[in-house]
Amino acid sequence: MENPAALLVFQRETFMKKLLLATAASVALLASPVLGAGHGPVKIGVFLGFTGPIESLVANMAPGAELAIKEVSESGKLLGGKAVEAVRADTTCVDAAAATTAMETLVTSEGVAGVVGGDCSGVTGAALTNVAVPNGMVMISPSATSPGLSTAEDNGLFFRTAPSDARQGVVMSDIIMERGFKSVALTYTNNDYGKGLADAFATAYTAAGGTVTINTAHEDGKADYAAEVGALAAAGGDVLVVAGYLDQGGKGIIQGALDTGAFDTFVLPDGMVGDALPKAIGSDLNGSFGQAPGTDSPGAGKLVEMVGDAFDASSPFAAESYDAAALIMLAMQAAESTDPAAYKDKVFDVANAPGEKILPGELGKALEILANGGEIDYVGASNVELIGPGESAGNYREIEIKDEALSTVGYR
Amino acid sequence: MDILNALVLFSNFVVVPALAYGAQLALGALGVTLIYGILRFSNFAHGATMAFGTMCCVLITWWFQSLGISFGFLPTALLALPFAIVLCVVFVLLTDSAVYKFYRNAKSSPVILVIASVGMMFVTGGLVRFIIGPDDQQFNDGARFIIKAREFKEMTGLNEGLAIKTSQGIALFAAVAVVIALFWFLNKTRTGKSMRAYSDNEDLALLSGINPERVVRVTWILAAALATLAGVLYGLDKSFRPFTYDQLLLPFFAAAILGGLGNPFGAIGGGFIVAFSEIMMTYAYKKFFAYLLPEDMAPTELLQLFATNYKFAVSFLILVIVLIFMPTGLFKGKSV
Repeated sequence: MENPAALLVFQRETFMKKLLLATAASVALLASPVLGAGHGPVKIGVFLGFTGPIESLVANMAPGAELAIKEVSESGKLLGGKAVEAVRADTTCVDAAAATTAMETLVTSEGVAGVVGGDCSGVTGAALTNVAVPNGMVMISPSATSPGLSTAEDNGLFFRTAPSDARQGVVMSDIIMERGFKSVALTYTNNDYGKGLADAFATAYTAAGGTVTINTAHEDGKADYAAEVGALAAAGGDVLVVAGYLDQGGKGIIQGALDTGAFDTFVLPDGMVGDALPKAIGSDLNGSFGQAPGTDSPGAGKLVEMVGDAFDASSPFAAESYDAAALIMLAMQAAESTDPAAYKDKVFDVANAPGEKILPGELGKALEILANGGEIDYVGASNVELIGPGESAGNYREIEIKDEALSTVGYR
Repeated sequence: MDILNALVLFSNFVVVPALAYGAQLALGALGVTLIYGILRFSNFAHGATMAFGTMCCVLITWWFQSLGISFGFLPTALLALPFAIVLCVVFVLLTDSAVYKFYRNAKSSPVILVIASVGMMFVTGGLVRFIIGPDDQQFNDGARFIIKAREFKEMTGLNEGLAIKTSQGIALFAAVAVVIALFWFLNKTRTGKSMRAYSDNEDLALLSGINPERVVRVTWILAAALATLAGVLYGLDKSFRPFTYDQLLLPFFAAAILGGLGNPFGAIGGGFIVAFSEIMMTYAYKKFFAYLLPEDMAPTELLQLFATNYKFAVSFLILVIVLIFMPTGLFKGKSV
């Protein structure tokens, strides 16, 4: 969920923001001691795009986060029986200025102790640099996937339960290497997703000893891909990696490559994985392979079971939202404090091994273990494993086209 | 042997695809240029008209397929084509009497007609997406290939394969046949001559008793038929997606302007020039020269003049250069 337009808006208004921030920061300073004193419930911000392009996803993400908050609150075990309360704020997904204002409200007037969010990469980056970092607020995003956020200046305050697109490049490189293909031609759809994924893959694959013979873009929705196919064929390679969309240029490239006999086997990242592709191309696609996000962990099923008909827990990023909220509260328990500066260092500890594995619905048990000085390894609904700068390692389903249909080879 | 391999390689990735793409562009550009020559405006709705005609053809093809009608190794769509052309002609004549006729009678300046056609583009495009949806549609059946790359390799014993798709063969054949028919029509028949007269000098044509409404009608019929044909051939070769058809407008205009707007011969030449320049300028010649040169001189670089990202830039660069030196296009059309 990359949003370059929002970043532009944000840059234009940076000066204004700085003025506002100076005010906001001083208010926050006044507010935080009150929080630390422990009056009233602990507030957690649910900072998602309730309006805007992904409002239909947020309809299942927000209840996911709030479910974890309710679970902890009702268990009565957080920091000796504190109640927890969710406070919603709208990122709009696209409007960085509106998102920054909403985040300021959460931090300064609502006095939240942690934030689940934001959702889209652009607004998340804006809220992080403008509000979270100056105020020392922890943000755990369930759905921002831009590789750019991995290197953002965050003072250790930013985490995400969604994997960076950079991770998929590494997974794809592993799959290709394991199948024994040492040279590939690479084409990507000419946008942030395609470029980010192609670059991540090319770096990982070259580092693993493979050769990328050509790395070239294709435009979607164009009349003819003969030129692209010709260049890819001339460069050669064992397989062709197509980081595009299955109903767009990606399909055109594959069709052209098959027709001219340039390539027989294709590697398909998440944008190319769908039933429509083998249906459109036919038996020639058999033997091609790839990967898409997915997990077979018991946690995902357990969350769906817990939720019942209340909302759709299998909707994209709903599981990640539950996990983001859970991580904030578990880290508080481990640090014995609701102060972000204290519990930010505990997020890794509760998310990763060693410790007892925790699935959805076991948050009360986890709080108890932590209170008794034990250790936990939060698995949650999305099989959480934090790596590098505090982002999910990501779980991918490896697929192969067999008999003109997608089949799952395994999970990694 | 190596020279043969090089030639087959070049044919497979450059000549054959460029000929087929050029034929598709030529048919589309011909429709644009006819409207410009006779009705005197650039019809931005041509891509949408193409999508409309193709949509008719796709729907009729599906109906035929459900009835079990097929056309042997040729695609069923060719059987559906005449019916689709009739539907598209009716649609285009309706839009003419509803929209363009008003501006024509009011003697509006060409720019107003152009803007009206932009409006028609959106309306027609919306209608198409409303009826068939915005997604990709497959309607090709019959034999996919005249010759497959693998079969060619086995047959000739060469290292390189040559693939010719049925749809590519049909596109080229149809383009040649249509061009011959169109030239015969414009040069030999009474209606064709009256169209050329109307195009050359409207007032003089009117004075000599040519019925302008009839000329306009015939032009729309020809344009609709060409649009449907071009759309169906393109759809058979690639796939039918309404949005892509709107995008085809750019190479159409490039081809028509390059050849000389209003000149049918120019539209065809322009179509092939655009197609060949897009593919030849961005082709990586590494393997081609590896066959021709001795082994120790074989290239290690890709030998690509422009990255494929720039293929549109290439055809428009050629367009700009041609217009600087020959403002009426390569084949003397009307100046733009």
